Amino acid sequence: MADPMRIRAQAAGDKATVRVLMSHEMESGQRKDSAGKLVPAWFIQDVSASLNGKVVMTAEWGPAVSKNPFMQFVVKGVKAGDKIAVTWKDNKGDSRTDEATVS
Amino acid sequence: MKRWTLALGALMISGAALAQKSASDGIAEYRAMLADGNPAELYEAKGEDLWKKKRGPKNVSLEKCDLGKGPGVVKGAFVELPRHFADTNKVQDLESRLVTCMETLQGFNGAEIAKTAYGRGEQANVTALATWIAAESRGMKFNLPQGNTQEQVMYEVGKRLFFMRSGPHDFSCASCHGEDGKRIRLQDLPNLTKNPGDGIGFAAWPAYRVSNGQMWSMQLRLNDCYRQQRFPYPHFGSDATVALGVYMGVNAKGAENIAPAIKR
Repeated sequence: MADPMRIRAQAAGDKATVRVLMSHEMESGQRKDSAGKLVPAWFIQDVSASLNGKVVMTAEWGPAVSKNPFMQFVVKGVKAGDKIAVTWKDNKGDSRTDEATVS
Repeated sequence: MKRWTLALGALMISGAALAQKSASDGIAEYRAMLADGNPAELYEAKGEDLWKKKRGPKNVSLEKCDLGKGPGVVKGAFVELPRHFADTNKVQDLESRLVTCMETLQGFNGAEIAKTAYGRGEQANVTALATWIAAESRGMKFNLPQGNTQEQVMYEVGKRLFFMRSGPHDFSCASCHGEDGKRIRLQDLPNLTKNPGDGIGFAAWPAYRVSNGQMWSMQLRLNDCYRQQRFPYPHFGSDATVALGVYMGVNAKGAENIAPAIKR
């Protein structure tokens, strides 16, 4: 079970800046362990964000994204109290969804 | 010929950049950008959870753990550690104290945890707990107690260790951290023989290291300082590391705690 994300969403006017911190190893598949064996790739592939259940952003990520990635984006047509949910899915099929309320 | 022009171009750019700001300004800017999404927050959340969760052979939480300000008091504990504890009759830093609590309250094997490599098993949990506890005292000022004789002895021991030159390179902590304005590559080195200021040196660790994606506790920080000096590795929670903690902590009196910070 993956660790929770930290999501902060702050409204200014009708826009909201959403900042997401995800907890993930993001193994590139290029590194070798102490025994010289290749560490298998393990990274987030799909990211999607939704506003009150409606998808507002999707992203495809690859192995070049850093460990514990940070993502920031701006959504239009948002007011305080709206729900922002972010989901990621990694190449091992594991996924995690967390929700935050716009403040 | 093309290479020449390219090299010249690069020189001109770096010359222009130097005129605008120094390298350390650039690093400070980069850190400020990263600090907005400091992954240390993930460890904070994990640490808070670990503190409240019933764990270990005895299946109890750490909420009765005495970090120096009474059982269960977390806020403000970090800026007064290391300190003397009556129950163990020892001066302990945050991490060694946490291991004591995990042993006495939760029934873990403390010696086993101390032997575990950093970032593995229960040792990773100690780091997460330390991160959260440090964060609970964010913005507070360091004020280590020095009323106990053992605390005063530890300060003196720490001071001597700080200046003790040894190892194949004849290094001491003071070789790098004894003067103002020194650096390793582009990293400014704080002068730890006096108060280095708010959020610098002792007041910045535990910190998240961006370069390797690891959360580093003060114990690991000291361990790596000794590795760089080509000393033998100090044991986790050893008197030597605690003494150095007392020395740096007392010197930092009045400095603001920014831990958990973010580092290169």
